[in-house]
Amino acid sequence: MQLIINMVNKILAITLAHGSGGKLTHELVRKLFLPCFNNNALSLLGDSALLNINGTRLAFTTDSYVVKPLFFPGGDIGRLAVSGTINDLAVVGAEPMFLSAGFIIEEGFEMSLLERIVGSMRDTTALTGVDIVTGDTKVVESGSADGLYINTCGIGIVNESLNLSTSLIEIGDKIIVSGTLGDHGMAVLSERESLGFTPSIKSDCAPLSGMIKKILASDAHIKFMRDPTRGGLATTLNEIVNTQKYGIVIEEQTIPINDGVRALCEILGYDPLYIANEGKVVIVVSAHDADKVCEILKEDSLGRDAAIIGGVIPEPAGKVCLKTVIGGTRIVDMLVGDQLPRIC
Amino acid sequence: MKYIDEFRDGAIAIGLSKKIASLINGHDEITLMEVCGSHTMSIYRYGLKKLLPSNIRLLSGPGCPVCVTSVNYIDTAIAISQNTSAISNSGRDVLITTFGDMMRVPGSSSSLEKERAKGASVTVVYSTLDALHLAEIHPDKKVVFLAVGFETTAPTIAASVIEAERRGLKNYFVLTAHKVMPPVMKALLTDKELNLDGFLCPAHVSTIIGSRPYEFIARDFHIPCVIAGFEPLDILQGIYMLLEQIVKKEAIVQIEYSRVAKRDGNPTALALLDKVFEPCEAEWRGLGLIPGSGLKLRDRYARFDALTVFRISEFGIRIDSEIQNQQSAINGCICGDILRGVILPTDCKLFKKICNPEHPVGACMVSSEGTCAAYYKYGE
Repeated sequence: MQLIINMVNKILAITLAHGSGGKLTHELVRKLFLPCFNNNALSLLGDSALLNINGTRLAFTTDSYVVKPLFFPGGDIGRLAVSGTINDLAVVGAEPMFLSAGFIIEEGFEMSLLERIVGSMRDTTALTGVDIVTGDTKVVESGSADGLYINTCGIGIVNESLNLSTSLIEIGDKIIVSGTLGDHGMAVLSERESLGFTPSIKSDCAPLSGMIKKILASDAHIKFMRDPTRGGLATTLNEIVNTQKYGIVIEEQTIPINDGVRALCEILGYDPLYIANEGKVVIVVSAHDADKVCEILKEDSLGRDAAIIGGVIPEPAGKVCLKTVIGGTRIVDMLVGDQLPRIC
Repeated sequence: MKYIDEFRDGAIAIGLSKKIASLINGHDEITLMEVCGSHTMSIYRYGLKKLLPSNIRLLSGPGCPVCVTSVNYIDTAIAISQNTSAISNSGRDVLITTFGDMMRVPGSSSSLEKERAKGASVTVVYSTLDALHLAEIHPDKKVVFLAVGFETTAPTIAASVIEAERRGLKNYFVLTAHKVMPPVMKALLTDKELNLDGFLCPAHVSTIIGSRPYEFIARDFHIPCVIAGFEPLDILQGIYMLLEQIVKKEAIVQIEYSRVAKRDGNPTALALLDKVFEPCEAEWRGLGLIPGSGLKLRDRYARFDALTVFRISEFGIRIDSEIQNQQSAINGCICGDILRGVILPTDCKLFKKICNPEHPVGACMVSSEGTCAAYYKYGE
């Protein structure tokens, strides 16, 4: 039997699913990157690595952007590259300070497009007071890249007294999402496949550091945050409960989803719980403070549709359950395979 | 959302659930088969089993097109993608187009997803018209559409063939593995291991074929049939209608999904099917060859048939059923028994241990409509 397991589970070549952010990505990280680069900061697998340099708590993160198409309703690769990295810093409780930007450009790429994208990066950083302080440019021959890829890194400072961890989560805590789910993934898909959906679905792509700062400044007991990007809410919640002694239950009725996104998901057979977001945060907060956090979020234009969607339960431990609209229940597993490649 | 939310009303669901429970209170166990994979997924997605009494047993049938597609077919598609064929000799002029579900279905040694990673041109499309469009804008490529599915999808493929002819496209081909439902339902009824009390008949297949093709089931086998929609209230109502027949010892074909499905089906789609396709024997994964259960292109459209054009038979990739069964015996996959509804995925020794959606051994784990995938994903 062992022989078959090895035979079946060995990765022989990378497939698109290894980049989905779902199960196979986790497997690749666990089997290759973690053992190879083995160190404490990495092994926590947070959205950012948390480092202590001479008493200063730093958050450090990187992300590469290969979204196709480069421009989509609600954003473009430039806005995405800045927002995504800022959000990875913000959800670990860091105040984003500096970004780097690396450009891999295909020979022949139109200058006017590059100008638009770089302008969009400038505008997005201006929203948050973050500076792009270092960068790199590479050009590859025509056919070796698909237009433009961008890599950004970010560093931020974490308040000394702040502590966010899945280990702080207790039974009874509440789960909040800061707004509607699935907008980014569906916006990119409908643009890429020219689905001609009207009114067009807009990506939620936005930097969340300002809004997150407000909830951290309140005295609410926030336990953990994560941005539900690739793999969507379902994957993020599974990452939270994975190997823990608690589970999470969410109520389908309370999950905010735009009508356009719902309709497109119905037509194409996608589950919005698995669709990527680029301007949303999932927050685990003590029950006592849940309403307060939700109210603070709602005052911000990026958190207008925030909602409490569920809570932390003792059983089944390590699992995410969904109470369906008709009163049934089911397990919500992590994303398997790749629903939508190259959305970020 | 209009026309959707009405069929997902929690209060009505609870009401139906109570009516079902009181109707068969104290009755012996009743076994119903939902033939179609979309019903299976809906049952799990909405947690419907929790709303049904314990004396109802729901079995999933062979109505997941990906699940019943033979190993042989996948191997053929891969062979075409590799261009080990007569009309082309470089590996770059064939573009395989397919619905997404087919990508990860295991053939005898590989899958389309793995072949794409190795450099084969394989593109996921949402419609046959997308495939036609690709053929039009890439006149240097031979665009092959993997035509898999039941009566619901077959008319769209028929339409694409007629449209390709109208546009004069010479580089559009279909590799057909279309199947039709009634013959396989008949085959299940003659299976001695399976004691069914009723069929929940497919929704979308029935919008095409209507209810007449099921009438022999009620008449000759005395098994009640109800055509039900895919929304949770449709399914509960469909089950209730089946149970009413069972309690009254009746067997007729009823249509719950009356807002779309009619007794005579969709005459336009049926005419299109008849124009382009003719019935043939078809190979079902796990079930073997079933007479009259497939559709092949009529001779008039032979030039669109990838199987003929790429002269696959000359390449000796055919795996006969005997070898397939040996392979199944070696790796322990019991997809066939699961597709027949004889056993449950949890009875399979590979389930969750070796076979999971990332590393599927059998097709039932690959398709989003597959029984094993549903059990795995929704934690039955």
